[in-house]
Amino acid sequence: MLTIENLTASYGAITALHGISLEVGEGELVALLGSNGAGKSTTLKSICGLLRPGQGAIRFLGEDITGKAPEVILKKGISMVPEGREIFGGLTVEENLRLGAFTSYQRDRYRADLDEMFALFPILKERFTQAGGLLSGGEQQMLAIARALMSHPKLLMLDEPSLGLSPTMTDSIFELISALRDRGTTILLVEQNAERALEIVDRAYLLDTGSIEFSGTPDELKRRVDIASVYFGGEDDGTCEVRL
Amino acid sequence: MIDLEFMINTVSLGSLYALLSLGLVFVYGILKLVNFAYGEYLMVAGYAMYVLGTFTGVPWYATLVLAVLTAALVSYLTELVAFRPVRTKSLTAMLVTSFAISVFLQNVVLITISSRARAVRFPSFFSQTITLGDATVPVRNLMIIAITILLLTVLTLVMKKTVLGMAMRAAADRFSTTRLMGVPANLVISAAFLISGTLAGVVSIFWVSRSASVDPLIGMAPLLIAFIATVMGGMHSLVGAVIGGFVYGLLFNVLSITLPASLISYRDAFMFVIVILFLLFRPEGIWKGGYTEERVG
Repeated sequence: MLTIENLTASYGAITALHGISLEVGEGELVALLGSNGAGKSTTLKSICGLLRPGQGAIRFLGEDITGKAPEVILKKGISMVPEGREIFGGLTVEENLRLGAFTSYQRDRYRADLDEMFALFPILKERFTQAGGLLSGGEQQMLAIARALMSHPKLLMLDEPSLGLSPTMTDSIFELISALRDRGTTILLVEQNAERALEIVDRAYLLDTGSIEFSGTPDELKRRVDIASVYFGGEDDGTCEVRL
Repeated sequence: MIDLEFMINTVSLGSLYALLSLGLVFVYGILKLVNFAYGEYLMVAGYAMYVLGTFTGVPWYATLVLAVLTAALVSYLTELVAFRPVRTKSLTAMLVTSFAISVFLQNVVLITISSRARAVRFPSFFSQTITLGDATVPVRNLMIIAITILLLTVLTLVMKKTVLGMAMRAAADRFSTTRLMGVPANLVISAAFLISGTLAGVVSIFWVSRSASVDPLIGMAPLLIAFIATVMGGMHSLVGAVIGGFVYGLLFNVLSITLPASLISYRDAFMFVIVILFLLFRPEGIWKGGYTEERVG
């Protein structure tokens, strides 16, 4: 469904991606793992069009979408839940969801979509008329996911959905991601919480300083835990956000 | 001292300044750009009134509408040909571009029309006064208040009830994320410039009618007022801009009647002292907006 070939990206003089290749198949839940600064978010930003990649190609459903504008890529069916949730704080929950449906809006379908989101996230119904900025972190994450789903994406990308959430809330977010996959949504998940991510994903890519170091099933990845511990940063170097 | 006449005139002046500030903040909110060409949109509308009123037989109401449309169109075009190509560059590039547009538009009228002021014809009721109880107020001032109420109502509805309005509010808050929703960047930016130009055009009608003349530098004072008012009111929200406009009008009129005659010519200096006090003690303005400082890139 999504194919990336030899993608490079840089911020000014700093190269963030040194030619990575990856694939996400239809219906798959794929994780992109790695420590801080490995290039995970850069990869997602290149796919969704917020960052213009250097070289390489991004193909979605057989179509080249490299360097297209975000609004164009969304219409092709890729929706992103950005890092830090990025809720429109001055807009109500309702307005946030309405903007999520910006390209897909049809009156009848919109009502049905809202009901579906209320079923997935009952809290959003309670908070419907409140400002997005007044929601708790976990509620905002749910709103961000619901907002991204309103466009009926074929591929949903989540950037660090568990970041800054309580353990309980992290549990429900991961349960939700599994549930979305079971409904048939293709998902590309970026996570620092590798342990939790590997419990639910079909395949994972391990990214380190802008290159893909390993890819495979969670079992294969866990079997090569020696490699993983090196690239995730061991206990000794103090960068141990990710443990296996 | 605080009588009906003073109140009506102050609300009227505040209304005019509120519309003026609002036009500046519409663009600032989304692009984080203080558009120094903003005063020239007002100037262009003034010249449209001059040209249409002097050289054509267009009735006065059509002249006014066309003048507003001219300002909106020029505003839209400056975005299209000048701001859009440099939008992804630095904010400095945008600022310099806005100065360039300002100088360019001034010189266009200098060369094609004249450096001297031109008389603009207005229908006679613009300069008539009306007596309400013991207050005598210009009809123009009442029209300003009415038009401001109308425009603020329409704009509030547009911003709250339409998807485009929601998208513009969202874009002022988080521009990139708004694009992730599928909202085209050019759409919200063009809309902001169209609204900005429309407001400049409406203000121009009343601004120009005070002296019934227009000159190439007429845009400078309103730009400055809009800028000062938004600094006082708060640059980060539309509400702040409106509050700033009214506060500016109030302070200006209070200074006008309280300052001794020998100091009245220093009224603007007093206004700047107030601005400096704001910048020192409340740099975010009276109304703190929730908008972030994300740049469009």
